[in-house]
Amino acid sequence: MKITYDWLKDHLKTNAKEDKLLEKLTNIGLEVESIENLSEGLDLFKVAKIIKIEKHPNADRLKVCDVDAGDKKIKKVVCGAANAREGLLTIYAPPGAIIPQNKTKLVVAKIRDVTSYGMLCSESELNLSDESDGITELSSSKYAKSIGKSFFPKSSSSVIDLSITPNRPDCLGVRGIARDLSAAGFGNLKPEKDKKIKSNKKQTLKVKIKKEKNQGCLSFGSCLITNVKNIESPQWLKDKLISIGQKPISAIVDITNYVMIDINRPLHAYDADKIDKGIIVRNSKLGEEFTALDNKNYKLDDGMCVISDNKGVLGLGGIIGGTRSGTELDTKNVLLESAYFDPRSIRKTAKKLNIDTDAKFRFERGIDQLSIEVGLNKAAFLIKEICGGEISKIDVQKIESYKNKVIKFEPKTFEKITGFKISTNEMINILEKLGFKLKKEKKFLKLSVPSWRPDIIQEIDIVEEIVRISGYEKIKIENPIKERSQNTLNPTQKLFHFLQRAVASKGYLEAITWSFTDSKYNDHFKETSKEIKIVNPISSELGLLRNSIFSNLVMYMSKNLDRGIKDLSIFEIGPIFYGSQPGAQNTVVCGLSAGKKSRLSWIEKERNIDVFDIKRDVIQTLVEAGYDSEKFYIDDESPSYYHPGKSGRIFLNKGKDKVAASFGEIHPNIIKTLDIKTDSLVGFEIFLDNLKLPKKSLKHQKPKYSVSDFQKSERDFAFIVDKKISVQDLVIVISNIDKNLISNVKVFDVYEGDNIPENQKSIAISVTIQSLEKTLTDNDLEKINNLIIETVENKTGAKIRS
Amino acid sequence: MSEIKNIRDQFISKLKNDLSIDQINEIKTELFGKNGLISSKFKTIGSISESDRKKFASDLNQVKDELQNLIISKISEIEGKKINEKLEKEKIDITLPERPFVRGKVHPVSQTIDEISSIFSEIGFSVEEGPDIENEYNNFTALNTPDNHPARDMHDTFYLDENKEVLLRTHTSPVQIRTMLKGKPPFKIIAPGRTYRSDSDQTHSPMFHQVEGLHIDTNINMGHLKGCLNYFIKEFFEVEKIKMRFRPSHFPFTEPSAEVDIGYEIKDGKIIIGEGDKWLEILGCGMVHPNVLKNVKVDPSKYQGYAFGIGIDRLAMLKYGINDLRAFFDCDYRWLNHFGFDPLDVPSNYRGLSR
Repeated sequence: MKITYDWLKDHLKTNAKEDKLLEKLTNIGLEVESIENLSEGLDLFKVAKIIKIEKHPNADRLKVCDVDAGDKKIKKVVCGAANAREGLLTIYAPPGAIIPQNKTKLVVAKIRDVTSYGMLCSESELNLSDESDGITELSSSKYAKSIGKSFFPKSSSSVIDLSITPNRPDCLGVRGIARDLSAAGFGNLKPEKDKKIKSNKKQTLKVKIKKEKNQGCLSFGSCLITNVKNIESPQWLKDKLISIGQKPISAIVDITNYVMIDINRPLHAYDADKIDKGIIVRNSKLGEEFTALDNKNYKLDDGMCVISDNKGVLGLGGIIGGTRSGTELDTKNVLLESAYFDPRSIRKTAKKLNIDTDAKFRFERGIDQLSIEVGLNKAAFLIKEICGGEISKIDVQKIESYKNKVIKFEPKTFEKITGFKISTNEMINILEKLGFKLKKEKKFLKLSVPSWRPDIIQEIDIVEEIVRISGYEKIKIENPIKERSQNTLNPTQKLFHFLQRAVASKGYLEAITWSFTDSKYNDHFKETSKEIKIVNPISSELGLLRNSIFSNLVMYMSKNLDRGIKDLSIFEIGPIFYGSQPGAQNTVVCGLSAGKKSRLSWIEKERNIDVFDIKRDVIQTLVEAGYDSEKFYIDDESPSYYHPGKSGRIFLNKGKDKVAASFGEIHPNIIKTLDIKTDSLVGFEIFLDNLKLPKKSLKHQKPKYSVSDFQKSERDFAFIVDKKISVQDLVIVISNIDKNLISNVKVFDVYEGDNIPENQKSIAISVTIQSLEKTLTDNDLEKINNLIIETVENKTGAKIRS
Repeated sequence: MSEIKNIRDQFISKLKNDLSIDQINEIKTELFGKNGLISSKFKTIGSISESDRKKFASDLNQVKDELQNLIISKISEIEGKKINEKLEKEKIDITLPERPFVRGKVHPVSQTIDEISSIFSEIGFSVEEGPDIENEYNNFTALNTPDNHPARDMHDTFYLDENKEVLLRTHTSPVQIRTMLKGKPPFKIIAPGRTYRSDSDQTHSPMFHQVEGLHIDTNINMGHLKGCLNYFIKEFFEVEKIKMRFRPSHFPFTEPSAEVDIGYEIKDGKIIIGEGDKWLEILGCGMVHPNVLKNVKVDPSKYQGYAFGIGIDRLAMLKYGINDLRAFFDCDYRWLNHFGFDPLDVPSNYRGLSR
């Protein structure tokens, strides 16, 4: 909402300085977004005439214009606008002028070898409108005598741009802002001095609001002004509109705009002669069409609130009028509309048709239902004053009459909510100035809510009004008490934070990537998951919710490799999605490691990162998080995005109920398809939701401390087994032979090749044997030795290597 | 006697020479071997007259000790020299680099979330979470933002279905709804997490992070809200003084509502929080709207309290001097390395948020 201090002073009696005003506006919730002194430097923009046009010698689309901007010297200006033509009146900006739209300062410049002195401006460059097609066209009748004069009027007032929150439609009018300021003690609201229409003439165009379900128009006021002469607005009115950056058009249009901005009362002016018989306000029928004032043709659905006549739709009520009945300079008879439209109906229609207009913006927030006649009076008198003619009586049709809301407000509620006290009299003063009518009752104030405040519905709204106007700085700081009666994090959250830092501590950089992803990447990692599409994505590359973190990590890993780093580990902890309903997500830690270990090291041997590096990272992380690695069980049925022979899944126990993690080399086909340039790429995923929380936490007592001081002995075995037998199976068999005696089983060599039969391998294992009770004799050791060999041979088909 | 003295003198002078270990061992044998000079003398003790025997034995022992000690010290002297020579040979260039190590980092947003949790933990808040995919009811309607409310336009929402019933949450506020629906007051929670809006330019990312705060009890008023935020901002920026301004605003789910600005100034191109006369908006807050409480079956005549929402990424940018929001999610290793935190730097209240 753009206003000037000068305009405010039409409604507010005050002598305060502008900086005080800005501070006050912000303090009462009318946030000042920006201030701009439009007139600063704007006097440089001159009304000018194109005298002659020549084709640019070096560019087909450019023209070289001779421009008369009032000076003796004709200016040469290079211009690309299609509508630049000889004789056109337009706006000229000389070198040194600052273009309002982009704030660039013009300089004398050579454009394709032709020197251009200044520029001819489009309306959008001057912030006059959004029109950026071509340069501004000024009507020759209006501006012929103004060549060389400043286009913009001199104004001392800055444009104040306020960010008005959607609950405050009343402040979309200058008067509403003035009223708020006066309530806050900043000046006094001037009384309204508008005259009422006294006329004997009837409004002869019949208006009917059709009573039907979901009728969006609740009342429709109108006034017929006959024999007008629509002319250019007088200077004061033009200045007013230009002062807030609007472009004057014609008196009738300017007046309706002025009334809308002044008191937030949208009006619509019809050329009464173009209306066939009378006006019918009704719901649209599917397929009806009309051309709106934005020159677009709209096809309507059922049930949109339209203003129509016998011939069909004239306009969308409260949103946009149609070209068929629009006023023009030769309009003689004007029908002024001042109506109330239901915000929901407005919003629904505008959304469906994707139209945004000033009127729509105001009606969807709620217009003062009692301002219908005020608006008609104000506008009709102005039209009569400027354009002449005769005013008819006001006609108001309604299907519902408005009653002011009444709220019972208990003054002590104020302190209960805000924590500070003000006197009831002070409250009354504020509320009265805001327009409330009130009656004191025993414990309550009975408040009648002003019609321009649709946002005020209940007691809490009254509290807000009073605290807002008396000032938020009065709220006292109550320091918080430092005590904690509940855990900050639950065990799952603790696990999340632990895993995050555990993985980072293994050399991984934590990334946070978007939850969206590109199907090009996601397809490789989604397995059997359903693709979850966003209906309105930012772009097709961000059109899906990720089924796996890998899709994003792989993409970013590839980008980083392209940046020239060769060895890198990154990870992310966050959600992946498996459905499009709330809760269809899992939390995953996903890591990716690329390149070599010890690249170019003087001391260590260089080698590719491999699957056992990543396996260590996963296992160590799980162990640090409190899981017992003795119980882990690993299989090779890993997802298809891993190398089928170099990947696995980790379970917390042999029961294999839920996959705790998976790890492996990324499938070479994926690396090739996605063109990832690296020596090696390995990754892992830990599925948080599949990790049962460890039963024991740090707060519990540790298990009994028992160690053996009896001598331990280590025995080495080499078994030849079928290649299919996993080392894990062998170790489990040995560990289970005698848990009291076998304290550790360690694999120290695996060998295939010479001397070993085909499809078999040799596994060398060191077993630590130690008793908690005694020193083992040679005999004992021999016994356990034989037991190990015998059991392994029986259970796995292995043969001891001799 | 003189014979013993002669042996002594003779060998002391012998041992003064530059000798090898072998030569010393020879001398040792010559003296203390089975038939060594000293050993043989000991054998003669029995044949010496009783009157002289005592003195003879004493003298002999004295000479024996003296020579033995001399030999030991001579040996250790030589061995010491040998070791030093060996160490001298083993000397390496210790400025060669150590064995390689890699250092991981925690993302600044994660660190900031931990800092925020740590601060609110001190004053009794616990952490709640909610799903990224929300239904339209929890994200809007229950928060007093019905279908026809213009405030919905300010949330450029990503939808997952054509009927616009399922969406990506546009703020963390639906966690308020979930928390209150599943429990009984009082409530005192924060809810950090990912949020989404269909807005993408230099200063907007379609995904960003928010932390929601909610405190509902029988007597929680705007003074408590101000106190809580004042405490948080001071603790978070780790400054003594903070300039804070509450400004009336509007959110459908709180009433009265406020936006909170903090004072700052730019010194040497860096932003200094808590000084200066410029204002920076950092969060929105207010008293939970009675309609919201009704929607979650909490009686607004008995319970009241506040809620707030803070942009986490923005806090991180301000505190750590990060200029570009988009870079947060670009995963450039140079950026992650530069702005990330060591995983051992866990923010905690006893040690402080930062080192």
